[in-house]
This record gives sequence, structure tokens and C-alpha cells, in this order.
Amino acid sequence: MPSPLPTDFLLWLLIGAVALYGWYCARRPHLAAPWKRVFQSKAAVVSAVVLGGYILIGFADSLHFRPRLAQAGSDVTYSPEVLSVLDLALSPLRQRRERTYSAPLATRLYSKEQMQVEGKTVRDFPRLAYGGVHLKDEADQPGDVALRIGLGLLCAAVLALLLTYGVGKLKRRNREVPWQAAGVTLGVLLALALPVAFLAGGYHVLGTDKVGQDVLYQALKSIRISLIIGTVTTLVLLPVGVALGIMAGYFKGWIDDVIQYLYTTLNSIPGVLLIAAAVLMMQVVIDRYAELFPTAALRADVRLLVLCAILGLTSWTGLARLLRGESLKLSQLEYIQAAHAFGVRDARVLSRHILPNVAHIVIIATVMDFSGFVLAEAVLSYVGVGVDPATTSFGTMINAARLEMGREPIVWWSLAAAFFFMFALVLAANLFADAVRDGFDPRVRMGFVPA
Amino acid sequence: MLAYVVRRVLYAVPILIGVNLVTFLLFFVVNTPDDMARMQLGAKRVTPEAIEKWKTERGYNKPLLYNHSARGLGKLSDTIFYEKSVRLFAFDFGAAEDQRNIANEIRTRMWPSLALAIPVMLVGLAVNITFALFMAFFRATYLDFWGVVLCVAMMSISTLFYIIGGQYVASKLWHLVPISGYDGGLDAARFLFLPVLIGVVGGIGSGGRWYRTLFLEEMGRDYVRTARAKGLAESVVLFRHVLKNAMIPILTGVVVVIPLLFMGSLLSESFFGIPGLGSYTIDAIQAQDFAVVRSMVFIGSVLYILGLLLTDLSYTLVDPRIKLQ
Repeated sequence: MPSPLPTDFLLWLLIGAVALYGWYCARRPHLAAPWKRVFQSKAAVVSAVVLGGYILIGFADSLHFRPRLAQAGSDVTYSPEVLSVLDLALSPLRQRRERTYSAPLATRLYSKEQMQVEGKTVRDFPRLAYGGVHLKDEADQPGDVALRIGLGLLCAAVLALLLTYGVGKLKRRNREVPWQAAGVTLGVLLALALPVAFLAGGYHVLGTDKVGQDVLYQALKSIRISLIIGTVTTLVLLPVGVALGIMAGYFKGWIDDVIQYLYTTLNSIPGVLLIAAAVLMMQVVIDRYAELFPTAALRADVRLLVLCAILGLTSWTGLARLLRGESLKLSQLEYIQAAHAFGVRDARVLSRHILPNVAHIVIIATVMDFSGFVLAEAVLSYVGVGVDPATTSFGTMINAARLEMGREPIVWWSLAAAFFFMFALVLAANLFADAVRDGFDPRVRMGFVPA
Repeated sequence: MLAYVVRRVLYAVPILIGVNLVTFLLFFVVNTPDDMARMQLGAKRVTPEAIEKWKTERGYNKPLLYNHSARGLGKLSDTIFYEKSVRLFAFDFGAAEDQRNIANEIRTRMWPSLALAIPVMLVGLAVNITFALFMAFFRATYLDFWGVVLCVAMMSISTLFYIIGGQYVASKLWHLVPISGYDGGLDAARFLFLPVLIGVVGGIGSGGRWYRTLFLEEMGRDYVRTARAKGLAESVVLFRHVLKNAMIPILTGVVVVIPLLFMGSLLSESFFGIPGLGSYTIDAIQAQDFAVVRSMVFIGSVLYILGLLLTDLSYTLVDPRIKLQ
């Protein structure tokens, strides 16, 4: 039974909106030109491929359903647990739970336990329940790992050959986009992902955490949270920031005063504190109306949604201020005055003449904010006002890792996994944002006439 | 000048009232004192008497805005709004959950916060400017390119990783400094070294890149061309002319955050166990001590507005062309 969460809807809505925008742009050369410039830069193409990988995982994780448990006649019972398509694809990873910590690729647990061996009680590291059980002899482990990596690389190489063929074709079709860079990035991603996939069949590639859950699985699940925080927040922020910003600059007078007062007030409240206060309050509200949210997944999701809304409502001020300045400048220009002279109404001037001319600022601000929100999630979850503590996110992973670093011997793999996945995501987002800024900056556009 | 300052201070009043109203709405209307009591007392099944007792102890048992049972001015002043929100203007913060006076607590915790925040700001400023100047000097070369790449990469790492990684390497692996804690007097340096270092390193990415942009913008100006046309060496142009002029945006950007240094840094303080205002705030959030959170919101707003005022004043000091009216 499909059982979409509220954030799923928003994410799909967002994809629809972006697709619509892309279709709209593609048919208008003046809108397509800046995007063409963006995708001429190598950094943009490389980061777009990486982001594409993340988005793919995020979307597979946003198709939720409740598996069917039993069917008696026409009555079908569904599991109370909400799963996603990603969970289904990774069900080996999800279900193979060890008892506690185990190191990456290990065959034994990370702590000693009392065991019965040939009638005697010994204290040793017990074998894992799932990691490396297919091995007859544990000494074969390095060979087996090398074999799996080799197989993965072989598959990656075969796919890379197909890739070079595809890149060659694309190159002939459109010479401006650096397809080669995209192909190389995709190849590198495959060379990383396929060996990991082969290894994951028999081992815990990134080890297990305190309750024995696979860290790789947790890291992959965290991606969706990051993407939602980065995008849904923007969805909340944009309408408010854009509407208030251009209205303040266009109408001036008391409207401007009120809006300026609003954002100065909001800005002057320390961000983390405002978010913390709002999240604490919403937590109370969610607890009070607990019966509205039957599943734990739904409750966690509502909290995530609220977090996005609060983040969005506290961070529209920067965008509004930028847009206010810009529309203040625009409203003095001749074509706006001409529109006034023709008797065009304010709403129409705003939507037809002001909004399209500040769109580049909106786009730049949107992509620039993404990485900031992803980083903010980690900090907020650490402070305790982020996502639901039961949800796996990069923030909760880091938070747990903090205690693990104090262990002797230390458990480093959770932190390393969170670091690697988060760093790649934020770096790609930053690079892409830079390329978008360069492509859309009007100062770059000077003297450029779209063909 | 004086008239301007007075006007700005007066302008701050409505903003502070707005902040106050927002916090009042959040803390008392969206979330009633009953909810707070239930949250603090923990258990799901708390008796109404326990809630009443909790509210009476903290003075939350009064009406929100208007007290019908009181007489005279008491109708307005014997309310939660007056007692908890209006009193903040007199810096009367009341007591925290543990019955300690918040104002006293703030006065003692301010110093460790400043001891951490001021070195981070000063050293960070020096390091960032040096790094940015270096990149600007070698602009459009591989050094500049890789410098920017380094900045973007460093920006992409969460502060949490810097702190955890730094603590692990410096304290656990090398045993250079204590892992956390604090001590008064000169001994504090031992505890502050690592947090300051991490604060500075964590800021290089965004700071260095931002200053580089400022320098490059400044280098496109006419006076730079004139200086080069005079035959000045590139280093003289950069260090004497560009640096001086770029100091204007840099300094004004710094001035706005100076008052906020009092608030301390949330993460460093709580990770390193420094008893400053940042860790005070985090502890309050985690313990859901609303009185403290409310007070910190108010202080933060006051300091932010002070920062804006100082920024405007500093413009006139560093740039004589600007006149305040």
C-alpha cells in the first residue's frame, strides 16, 4: 500500500516544478542562455553528476509504502512500518543486524564476549552473525575482499566502455558541454559504487553502529533528510522572501517600512535560538495532538517538515533585503514608468516586469542556500532541536559518533562515513552554486547576445 | 552625530518591542505555561496540583495580559506579560529552573565566552586577510586557483568535524592540550588554545574567499590603475593602496559582530566544556529552560542592534566621505 509522507509530496512537487521550469526555459533562448553558460563549466558538470547521484538515492528513498503482511479473504493487513523503495533495494543491509559495533569489513565483533568453545568458557571476539559468514576460513577474508573489489571494478570498466561510446555521441550533438568531464565523474562514481555493492553482499562495508545497524545503510538514509532540508526549506523561504522583498522595493512608503521592520526584528533574534524556541514549541504541539500521527515515521516526518518551515521562515530576510534593493532600482527605470503611463496595474507590473528581472537573484540565492541548510541540519541536530532523534541523519550520526570517539579503542567509521557523504554533497552543492552564480551574474552577461 | 545616535537608539525601541512580542507569543501563547509545566515535570500523567504548584513557584499562574482581580495599575503589571516580558527591558531576567539568578549567571559566564571569542576573531581576521592577500597577489595563477579550491573544500566541512577531529588529534592522539574544561587566570590559555585554533581554521574557508573577492573588486578600481600607471610595484599597490581601501568593508563587517561576541560560540563552548554563555544557552535548550532561552534571545537582539549602530558609526570613522544625518 503506498503510504507517502508529507515531505514526499513536497519533494515530488519540487521535482515537478523544476521540470516545468526546465521545459519553460528550454523553449526561450533568453532564459536558456544562462543555464547553457552554467553547463559549459567543468566544475558545474562534475558537481551536477555527483548531485544527480545523491538526488537519485534521495528519490528512491521518497517512494514510501507499507508492505503487505497477510491476506485473509478481502482483508489485507499492512505493516505499521513505513518502508521506501530504497529500503527495499537495501533490505539485506537493513535486516542484517549485528549485536553491536563491528569494524568495516570485519568478520568479528568489536568487543570481547564470553563464549563456549569446545565446552570451555573463553573470552574472545565472537564471529559476526552476517558479516563474512560465507567464508569457510576467516583467513580468506583479504582474498575474498580483493576478489569482490576486482569484480566490481571489472563491471565498472565494462560500463565505462559503454559510457565512452555515449559520451562520444553526446559530444557530436552538443559541443559546448564538457561531456568528457561528466563521463569521467560518472565513471569514478561507478568505480566507487560497484565494488562497494559487491562487498556489501557479504560484509558490512562501513562497519556497524552501537546497535549493530549497518553504517552504510544509515549514511544512505541520511541523504534524503539532507536533500529535504536543503530543498523544502527553500520552498518555504522563496514565496515569503520574494513577495515581501519586491513589494517593499516597489511600493515603498509604509509598506516598505513595515517589511523592513519585520525583517530587522527577525534578523536581530539570534538564529539558533529562534529556531530552537520554535522547534521546542512545535514539539509540544505535536505531542499534544499525537493521535493525528499514527505511525512513528509520520511523526518524525512532521517534525522534519516543521523544522524546514521554521528554518525557512527565519532565513528569508537575506533574500528579501537583496530583492528590495534590486526592485527599488528597477522601479525607477523607464520601462516601469512606461507601464505606469499605460495604466498597467501594480500586480501586473510586479509579475510581468519586476519578477522576471530579479529571477536571476532568486535562482542564485536558492542554489547558494542549499549547502548552508545541509550544514545547519547537522548543527541543529547536535543541539537537540533538529530532526527527530530516532531518524538517521548526518546530524544524529555525528552526535552519536561524538561518544564513540571517546571509546577505547575508538569507533571511527560512523564519523568517517558521515564526513565523507556529507562533504561530497556539500562540496558538490557549493561548486554547483558557484557555477550558477557565474552563469547568471549580469556582469558576466555584458556584451553577450544569445544566439 | 549625537542626534543621529539618539535617533538610532530610539529606532531600536520598536524593534526590541517586536522581538519581545515574538518571544512572548512563542513562549506563552503558542505554548501555554501548562504545557511548559508538563514538559518540565516530565511524566505524561502529572496531576493538576503539581502543575499549579510549578506555575506558582515560577509566577506563571497569572493571567497573560490583563488581570481582572488586581487593582489599579496592578491590572496590567500583575500579569505574565509584564512580569516576564516587559521586565526584560530593565535587564531583570528572573531565575532559571535551578533557581539561580540569570543576570548573575550571565555576568560570570560572559568572561570565558569573551576569552574564547575575542582571540578567535582577532587571529581569524589576521589569518584570513593574509591568506586572501596571498591569493589576490597571485591572482589568476595556479596558486590562486588551488587556494580557492581549498577555501571551497574547507567551507564544505561542518564545524562539528573540525571540533571532533581537532579534539581527537590534539588531545587524544598527541596529548598536547586537555580535551575539555576551563580554569580562571593564566591557566585558561591551556584550555583555550585548541578551541581558538579550531575556530580560526574553521573560518578560513568562507572568510578567506570573501576577503579575496573584496580585494579583487578593489583591484578593479581606477585608483589602482593610476597607481600602476605611476610605475608602483605590484606589492606596493596591493599592500599600501588596495589593503587600506579594502579595510573599509572588512572592518565594518567585523564591527557588526563585535557585540555578539558576548554571546559566545554555541558549539565550541559546549564541546570543550567552557563555562560561557554559549554553553549556557545550549544547556538551557537541552533542558528546555525557557526563562534562560528567553533572556538570551533578548540579549542577543540588543547586541545585534548595538552592532548595527556601531557599524554605521564606524563607517564615518574609516570613510570620511560618509556623513550621517
